[in-house]
Amino acid sequence: MQHVERRDFLRLAGVAGVTFTAGLFPHRQASAQAGNDFHFVQFSDTHWGYSGPANPDAEHTLEKAVATVNGLPKQPDFIVFTGDLTHTTDDGKERRNRMKRFREIVSALQVKDVRFMPGEHDASLDKGEAFKEFFGDTHYTFDHKGVHFIVLDNVSDPAAKLGDEQLAWLAADLKQRKPDDKIIVFTHRPLFDLKPDWDWTTADGAKAIELLMPYQNVVVFYGHIHQENHHTTGHIEHHAAKSLIFPLPAPGSQPKRTPLPYDAAMPGLGTRDVDVGQKIAVVELPVTKKG
Amino acid sequence: MKRRVLVALLLGSAVGGVVRLEAAEQPGEIKISAKKFEYHPNKVTVKAGQPVVLVLTSEDRIHGFKMPDFGLRTDIVPGQETRVTFTPDKPGNFSFFCDVFCGDGHEDMEGTLVVEA
Repeated sequence: MQHVERRDFLRLAGVAGVTFTAGLFPHRQASAQAGNDFHFVQFSDTHWGYSGPANPDAEHTLEKAVATVNGLPKQPDFIVFTGDLTHTTDDGKERRNRMKRFREIVSALQVKDVRFMPGEHDASLDKGEAFKEFFGDTHYTFDHKGVHFIVLDNVSDPAAKLGDEQLAWLAADLKQRKPDDKIIVFTHRPLFDLKPDWDWTTADGAKAIELLMPYQNVVVFYGHIHQENHHTTGHIEHHAAKSLIFPLPAPGSQPKRTPLPYDAAMPGLGTRDVDVGQKIAVVELPVTKKG
Repeated sequence: MKRRVLVALLLGSAVGGVVRLEAAEQPGEIKISAKKFEYHPNKVTVKAGQPVVLVLTSEDRIHGFKMPDFGLRTDIVPGQETRVTFTPDKPGNFSFFCDVFCGDGHEDMEGTLVVEA
């Protein structure tokens, strides 16, 4: 593939948006990163199956975002979906229909290394049973170009807990890491108390953060709150992604966490492209590429 | 000890789910029932400094009751009463909500505790 500088390919793709540069891996030496930079794309909260005034375009928004990501001149190494793939339903058969259709739509992604995790809409009513049928485990790890990725499930328990068993699994995994290993965590809900009275938290998320704290190079990417958000607990950064169905208000900006009014230009929706190197660059991608 | 007057004026059915607990020296009981996706009553008024017992029941499935401002949370399990005793020590309006995901509408399942000075 022709080498294209990152800033150039974003410009060429017409998707350059606000870039957030964070101090990811601040304790790593630059030399250790040489030649290992990569990027991935994060989708979140696609809520396939939603129907309502918050997004009259709901049947097409995901397909548009897939097309936009397919149009990136430099395709990501992998793509991750951080939960709420589907909108909830009490009907188990309909839940599976939605997951099936979701899977069909995202199968159009050019990148075939795609990682999934559930949100509460996918997994909280059946403890992840349907999700596992379609997408596999709800928590797991993988490694890519020197980075250890940990996917945490804080939604299969409807009370938004990781649970002691998963926390023990996390502790065992982290024991195999060195203090300066590069670790990226994917999860659906915020692990910290972003807005407890809006239920934007994980009941036992503090225990996970405590386990991660001894490691010097940790960053968390999550969804659930349907908006970009950047937060730090100690040296651990937490970056929330936009949704592809409807934006929610900034924490505490209005009395209730009701969706923001629909805007056909979809400024509050999108995916994000994440460059992983010595530092991290998060570029918010729109649903549809401009002109 | 002589039981003092406990007056809970159940206005719920008349004015859309509002309960007002009048002055009492022993913990006053307020019954709140839960079902998808609402609490009844969804607005409860109490006095600051007066102990309160919330008697929580569910009509359909497990729900949650969480009120972060007072550090309260519990499951509400069908078929049993869940009693939560506390003393609201500050006036204001405080939200409570379901924190056990219960379906499409879960995010709207909430209520307000009004604590009068």
